[in-house]
Amino acid sequence: MNFPKELKYTKTHEWAKREGNLITVGITDYAQKEISDVVFVEAPKLNAVVEKGKAMAVVESVKAAFDIYAPVSGKVVKVNTNLEGDPAIVNQDAYGRGFFCQIEMASAADWDALLTSEAYEKAIKEGAH
Amino acid sequence: MLISKDDRLIFEKSSAGRTGAGLPTAFIAAKNPFKTLNPKFRRKEDAQFPEVAEPEIIRHYVNLSRKNFSIDTHFYPLGSCTMKYNPKLNEWAAAQEGFSQVHPHQPESTIQGYMHILYELEQFLKTMTGMDHFTLQPAAGAHGELTGMMLIHAYHHSRGDTKRRKVLVPDSSHGTNPATAALLGYEVVTLKSNARGRVDLAELKSHLDETSACLMLTNPNTMGLFESDILEITKAVHQAGALLYYDGANLNALLGIARPGDMGFDIVHLNLHKTFSTPHGGGGPGAGPVGVKAYLLPFLPHPLVEKTGSAYRWAAESKQSVGRVKSFFGNAGMLLRAYTYIVTLGIDGIKKISEDAVINANYLKEKLKDVLPVAVDEVCMHEFVLTLKAAKAKGIHSGDVGKRLLDYGYHAPTVHFPLVVDEALMIEPTESESRETLDLFIAALRQIAREIEESPELVLGAPWTMPIGRPDEVKAARNPILTYRDVVREREKNAKEPVASKP
Repeated sequence: MNFPKELKYTKTHEWAKREGNLITVGITDYAQKEISDVVFVEAPKLNAVVEKGKAMAVVESVKAAFDIYAPVSGKVVKVNTNLEGDPAIVNQDAYGRGFFCQIEMASAADWDALLTSEAYEKAIKEGAH
Repeated sequence: MLISKDDRLIFEKSSAGRTGAGLPTAFIAAKNPFKTLNPKFRRKEDAQFPEVAEPEIIRHYVNLSRKNFSIDTHFYPLGSCTMKYNPKLNEWAAAQEGFSQVHPHQPESTIQGYMHILYELEQFLKTMTGMDHFTLQPAAGAHGELTGMMLIHAYHHSRGDTKRRKVLVPDSSHGTNPATAALLGYEVVTLKSNARGRVDLAELKSHLDETSACLMLTNPNTMGLFESDILEITKAVHQAGALLYYDGANLNALLGIARPGDMGFDIVHLNLHKTFSTPHGGGGPGAGPVGVKAYLLPFLPHPLVEKTGSAYRWAAESKQSVGRVKSFFGNAGMLLRAYTYIVTLGIDGIKKISEDAVINANYLKEKLKDVLPVAVDEVCMHEFVLTLKAAKAKGIHSGDVGKRLLDYGYHAPTVHFPLVVDEALMIEPTESESRETLDLFIAALRQIAREIEESPELVLGAPWTMPIGRPDEVKAARNPILTYRDVVREREKNAKEPVASKP
């Protein structure tokens, strides 16, 4: 499985990419494989204020619906509107076109608290669901 | 070929001008509604009903029904759904003219018999659950949950306690629990289960505070395990000022043995279509009565039946009531069937239901656990969860085993649920099944376990014997076509798209 080193991760299977204070968020390759074919994404609302560790979006597959948690606190400044018409991009390109949103991070400490790719991989092996 | 090969929709069998029944022209002329009806109520174009003759209609629907797995045709071990046999005596009672021909607008003096049954059913449900009052209105389990959550909201607000925004649910809970809470605008907090598949007391306590509205719990839980810390759980929840909601989906394990009211639950919903043998799964409608402790009575929906001496009447409406949640008296025909089931069995018979359901589940579990591991291997209640995680390496998922079971003549168990178990296969035999049926089912699952090892393609491609094998679930979810109008629209859309010219 693919866990890019430049990204950070959460135990709840979100990935985060940092550019300055902007954090792009999606779900990991492991998560998309586990939940199988995504059929619907309820993306966060533009300008919504999200809180680290709190549900900010919903992803629905043929298996079930899952909450997606904000990896950092802040304001949603960009939403991937393509997900509405083509949720399959979450499966096809989890770290790229299948991103959920971009958050303007309120505190850089949130970023530091996220898992490295090694720590995330270890967490999966230990069976963190 | 026992099942018709004609897969056309009823609309596609339509032929202009063909009819199933003719009305006398003189009658139509005399009763012509267009003469009396306000023109604004007339539709602009004719309704697109299929025009077919009676034999075609009958064959169409009989053939559809023959493609069905049902409790009247097959063993149906769908976990957490309690697909027990529905006795035909229930149908006999419901078909009696005195019940089937009453109208909900009749004066109460003319429906005393029906009111007697509603009243008596309520008394029984109270005795069985340890609750003080019931509303019989909700039309199904999730509807009962919604009603229950409305009661909780009304209760907290009546006390000026408006900060309670959180609803706690275990991670093994039925999806309808968080969904119901979210529908009412509550924030859902999921509690991680402990290693024994139960509520983790420390985890629960860490989330309980003055913002908690309630804990929604199924007991026995979705793993088929009794929440043995239940008294401590209810104590902790009540100390935080929150209420306890009992999802009655799994009550079939406890009838006459333990009562949610005694465990400290404040609100209970029952699924009459599970526990009390009314039709379930397409054959419904359901019925989801909600029971409460005495202090919640003012908030209950109306109407409620009241007994005065030997007569019955509708109780005066409370100003604090959350209002009606369903028209009239709920799905009264289902309430009548459940009542029939209860009086047929009597209190002793009712207790035997749960004893047999639990024995059947444990028998299956013990006979299967050497081929498919049990998620939490303890004495179970009315159901248990197997895990197929070992088969995952071969690319076989629990859904595939469910499909393969169809070939052996069994409805699939619940698959991929609860979510806390990897590759879950959740089995609930109910008390309806004989040991012979259970033995045949065990043999089938053991054979499938061998197939997974020796010829996995048999499982991966299953079912091989069904008229419909593997519908494209992903496409159906992404592009739902639910009515004939959708079919027509899709066809028109496709016709408009330019067709690539042949090379």
